[in-house]
Amino acid sequence: MKRSHWSIPYAVFLGIFVVLPLLLVLLYALQDGQGHFTLANITRFFSDSDALGTFAVSLEIAIENTLICILLGYPAAWILANKELNRSAVTIVLFILPMWINALMRTLATAELFNMFGIQLGKGTLLFGMVYDYLPFMIYPIYNVLSKMDKSYAEAAQDLGATPWKVFWKVTVPLSMPGVSSGILMVFMPTVSTFAISEFLTNNKIKLFGTIIQENINSSMWNYGAALALIMLVIIGISTMITGDRKDAEEALI
Amino acid sequence: MAGEEHIIDLRHVSKSFSGKVVLDDINLYIRKGEFVTLLGPSGCGKTTTLRLIAGFLAPDEGEILLDGKDISGIPPHKRPFNTVFQRYALFPHLDVYDNIAFGLKLQKVPSDEIDKRVRKVLKMVSMTDYEDRDVESLSGGQQQRVAIARALVNQPKILLLDEPLAALDLKMRKDMQIELKEMHDQLGITFIYVTHDQEEALTLSDTIVVMNEGRIQQIGTPTDIYNEPVNSFVADFIGESNILNATMIRDHRVSFIGHEFDCVDEGFGEGVPVDVVVRPEDIYFTQDPARAQFTAKVNSCTFKGVHYEMYVDTDNGYELMIQDYDAYPVGSTVMLYIEPDDIQVMVKERTCNTIEGRMKDATHVELLGGEFECLPQPGLEGGEEVIAEVAFDKVDLLDHQDEGELAGEVHFLLYKGDHYHLTILTEDGDHLWVDTDDIWDKGDLVGIDLAKEDIKIRRKNEA
Amino acid sequence: MKKFLAQTYIWILMVLLYAPLLFIAVFSFTESKVLGNWTGFSTKLYANLFTGRMQGSASLISAVENTLLIALVSAFVSMVLGTVAAIGIHNLTGRKKRALTFVNNIPMINPDVITGVSLFLLFIFLHFSQGYLSVILSHISFGTPYVVLSVLPKLRQMNPNIYEAALDLGATPGQALRKVLVPQLRPGMVSGFLLAFTMSLDDFAVTFFTRGTIGLETLSTYIYADARKGGLTPELRPLMTLIFLFILVLLLVINIRQARIQKEKENL
Repeated sequence: MKRSHWSIPYAVFLGIFVVLPLLLVLLYALQDGQGHFTLANITRFFSDSDALGTFAVSLEIAIENTLICILLGYPAAWILANKELNRSAVTIVLFILPMWINALMRTLATAELFNMFGIQLGKGTLLFGMVYDYLPFMIYPIYNVLSKMDKSYAEAAQDLGATPWKVFWKVTVPLSMPGVSSGILMVFMPTVSTFAISEFLTNNKIKLFGTIIQENINSSMWNYGAALALIMLVIIGISTMITGDRKDAEEALI
Repeated sequence: MAGEEHIIDLRHVSKSFSGKVVLDDINLYIRKGEFVTLLGPSGCGKTTTLRLIAGFLAPDEGEILLDGKDISGIPPHKRPFNTVFQRYALFPHLDVYDNIAFGLKLQKVPSDEIDKRVRKVLKMVSMTDYEDRDVESLSGGQQQRVAIARALVNQPKILLLDEPLAALDLKMRKDMQIELKEMHDQLGITFIYVTHDQEEALTLSDTIVVMNEGRIQQIGTPTDIYNEPVNSFVADFIGESNILNATMIRDHRVSFIGHEFDCVDEGFGEGVPVDVVVRPEDIYFTQDPARAQFTAKVNSCTFKGVHYEMYVDTDNGYELMIQDYDAYPVGSTVMLYIEPDDIQVMVKERTCNTIEGRMKDATHVELLGGEFECLPQPGLEGGEEVIAEVAFDKVDLLDHQDEGELAGEVHFLLYKGDHYHLTILTEDGDHLWVDTDDIWDKGDLVGIDLAKEDIKIRRKNEA
Repeated sequence: MKKFLAQTYIWILMVLLYAPLLFIAVFSFTESKVLGNWTGFSTKLYANLFTGRMQGSASLISAVENTLLIALVSAFVSMVLGTVAAIGIHNLTGRKKRALTFVNNIPMINPDVITGVSLFLLFIFLHFSQGYLSVILSHISFGTPYVVLSVLPKLRQMNPNIYEAALDLGATPGQALRKVLVPQLRPGMVSGFLLAFTMSLDDFAVTFFTRGTIGLETLSTYIYADARKGGLTPELRPLMTLIFLFILVLLLVINIRQARIQKEKENL
């Protein structure tokens, strides 16, 4: 037997558990409750101001969260990757450690902390909690690219007359963009699709897009839920195309 | 072409990395307009020297002068030098044009001026029409040219080249060597070139600086270095050679391979052990018994294109390499002679291992991080500092590291006609020199043992 | 100065990141039902956790058991399926290889909610009764790609002739796999297993959608339900603290070991 045939069981598995489910999302999204073809689910979304509002809020929160994570995470990643400023591998472990702890647990801990200090739950706490949850996912890919970057690029720039500041902006930053796009994917996508987290961090005051998908599915509105999932898939597809493959980012974690 | 004015002076420069000495008291000057090559095996300190000059490293001790002024405090971006990096270090996010214009843009040179200079330098490296190309789409040779252009466009006082041709294939390397030489002649600026390829160094340089283990071994023109190596390391590293143990009988007379020869060297003293080097093309065949100095049996004969390379066993059992335009049949006995000025006599750096140590007790001595049994040493007490001497052929090498008192690695080997002379690097970083008939390879891990009767001990500070 | 600023920045971030976890850890040592209310040092919550003497303890303990069981089974199946698949993909060429690699990436690109919803629809469509099996199958579907991605680089590093050499020396394909390939691929398989395992432990959304209505709870869904009821069960505090410590020690051990191996390599 040829060894390439060893991929057949997995190909079948992927067909059933990955490809078919996604086709079903499409199928259910384009059907009414009786199984007839319809575009009503899609048009319903675009005429449903609540859903549209939630969609806009989700995008806004996700974009803000991503930006804050870049602003806070890039300097941190840069410092961690700089051997003169950080010599300890333990600091790096401590920064990636939260990624390995259940996000729900971390979110609840944050929410409880806000409660204890009597901080009103709302958009501010939601953003804070999201940044707290996703910052490590921004730091790690950037750190990875920066620490693997060939030192000779910076040296070459210096050699050609660049001050350390210019080296940073003209060479280090552009060359670390792959890490930043991985970070954006790893932060933006989960934030835009998250549910549960926003409920706990805002006491159900702010609903995100993931939550309304969940609510529709849980109340047996499968077709509309599938349509919403389809819309999110489109968003994911677009942002993947813009920023490149999330796979690279995840691969960096291995 | 090369003026007498020094552009770079290195004075007593030393550098260590985490306790390991990489450069040990380097003294070197480079004349304006010269093509200088730093040559040596990997780890000899040549790249470190270049990086010190470029400013990426600071010396631990000593000073580096540019035009007579100390530049230690000047960061690399303010030094008027440019570097061609080993793997080019072209910026992957910029195209060819922007890579080359990088330095000029930083200096805020007007854009039409940048344009003019970039085009000129692209023409010089024969890369016109490549401005818009993505650097990663270029071949190795093309990237190399862009890297050179990027450095030259800034009109540096000195061009530093760190093994720039190492990544190219043989044919392209040869072509680039010629082009580099032409560029140097054309531009008239100083080139400092780092390589481990002796042939490249001989082809390109006005001056070669041979380095090994953080020290300068010899500085000279390519012909000097080839014809008059100062020690067996240089002789072995540059070109093919027969390196042999010899004794200086008196001035102009030296004995090796069991025969006496006339030579041109003098001032070594009488009866002094020395090394001689004879290049394989300098041993001549003769049919005239009156001219012959010794006879030998041809052991092997290989055609090498221009010449034949033969190994012969001499009448006293030494093996020599000879290169000649004529082939002699394997098994035949031939008569040979060597001209006096083809024998290069060199001072022996050492004639036995001299090791500092300390007595443990009357019959044990601590040396090189190990403890050895020795003959009872009357008059020496435990704790006393001593010097131990061990002859080269009295060091036992064992196949397994853990079998010996010490563990080490074969660091360097030299064939001396009838035996091998090895340099062993011990685990603690000390050197031991060993004569052996056994065949070892560079990098072999060995155990080291010393027999008690072979360790000669005297008190330190005693003559 | 620069170093001082950098260190300060790193430490401020670190404190912010760890404040909630530390807060939970501190309050795991008091008996108070409400977080933030210190009623004196006590290890009663730990004792409760281990002896199971608390309100609703049975369901918390079974949630922990379910979580571990699902993670172990799904990670193990993922490891086997993924390793075999990686060998197959490695030997594929051209379009087939690209297609399979692309589909393999989908579960990693997909947000949890989409994976959850789509699998939910699959089980509905196939009239597959949802419970342990559907959750485990779902976890296998998002765990296996990580195994494939961990094993593939090891295959690329491996000398391609080593399998043929084993056959040449008289091994059957099965023996060649067990005695030659698997030992070579083991590091990739282990890291793939660990990734699949932690992904499964971490998962909330996929489990939430595919567990059906038989009352199957994992730790994540338990916490979710618990928090929605208002207020965490106090015994979750010691549990979280222990999980946190366990992961901290595990990561430190792995990293220090890696650093040491790296150092030894450099010294050679």
